[in-house]
Amino acid sequence: MSPPEKPLSDQSLPLEIAEPNVFAQPWQAQAFALVISLHEKDVFSWNEWADALSGELKSSGASRDGSDYYDCWLRALERLLIGKNIASGHNLDALAASWSRAAHATPHGQPICLENDPEPV
Amino acid sequence: MTHRDDHDHDNHLDPMDARVRALETTLCEKGLIDPAAIDVIVDTYQNRIGPQNGARVVAKAWHDPAFADWLKRDATAAIASLGFTGRQGEHMKAVFNRPQTHNLVVCTLCSCYPWSVLGLPPVWYKSPPYRSRAVIDPRGVLSEFGVSLNEDVRIRVWDSTAELRYLVVPMRPAGTEDYSEEALAALVTRDSMIGTGLVDIGT
Repeated sequence: MSPPEKPLSDQSLPLEIAEPNVFAQPWQAQAFALVISLHEKDVFSWNEWADALSGELKSSGASRDGSDYYDCWLRALERLLIGKNIASGHNLDALAASWSRAAHATPHGQPICLENDPEPV
Repeated sequence: MTHRDDHDHDNHLDPMDARVRALETTLCEKGLIDPAAIDVIVDTYQNRIGPQNGARVVAKAWHDPAFADWLKRDATAAIASLGFTGRQGEHMKAVFNRPQTHNLVVCTLCSCYPWSVLGLPPVWYKSPPYRSRAVIDPRGVLSEFGVSLNEDVRIRVWDSTAELRYLVVPMRPAGTEDYSEEALAALVTRDSMIGTGLVDIGT
């Protein structure tokens, strides 16, 4: 049963989206699986993760309707890994830019490979 | 970790997508993740686990008093006996609805959820309004889900944690005495196992 439709106020529950797929976009599924996998490798405890995620969800920038839940999820993961010196913010920014350039340089319909970046990191 | 079918046909990467790929690249270089294992996890959570698992637990509890008793005493073990185990080592607690007690589950801190039996949480479960209002005004929240309980029914709200997750065992509807376990399982909805729904014949 879904909540009845009603105008969205700050306190109303977000309407249930028809969820044939639990992730709205593929990157959300990847970000989700990264956390599960890293926890299984004892990179962090589940309590550490819950604290990190909860911190992002409580931050002033988080949206009231929960639509940016996986944005918070990814930010929490980046922060946790940077805090553990596993990743650096600078390096992640550079790699993300490299992936974007690689995507632009990849012919339509072909898989995107990091090697396609015309200006590799 | 470089080849992946892309869903974005104009080859313009969403910035979040680019950031996830950046993380994957780094973690893969450090040997902390295995891309194949990532794909298995995605497939599992997208296709293999979901509320149908929890529905089997509930139906078995309705059908088998010994199992119901076990579920009450040690939900983690009883649920694991059906092959549903948490990946985070979390413990499960089953809370049984009674004529005078209705149970509602929330995670006020973030969005801890019994993934092994319910899959991934619905959008509203993760939303700040649900997380705060379920505690302050459970009756109001339930009414938005179309659930109205008599005034004399007490509502217990269970706040999930990283270590302890809750599964609501709804009340078995009248008129299902002759139902098989399978037929019972088909009646059990996800929301009824969170406490934002009831189980009816014909829903």
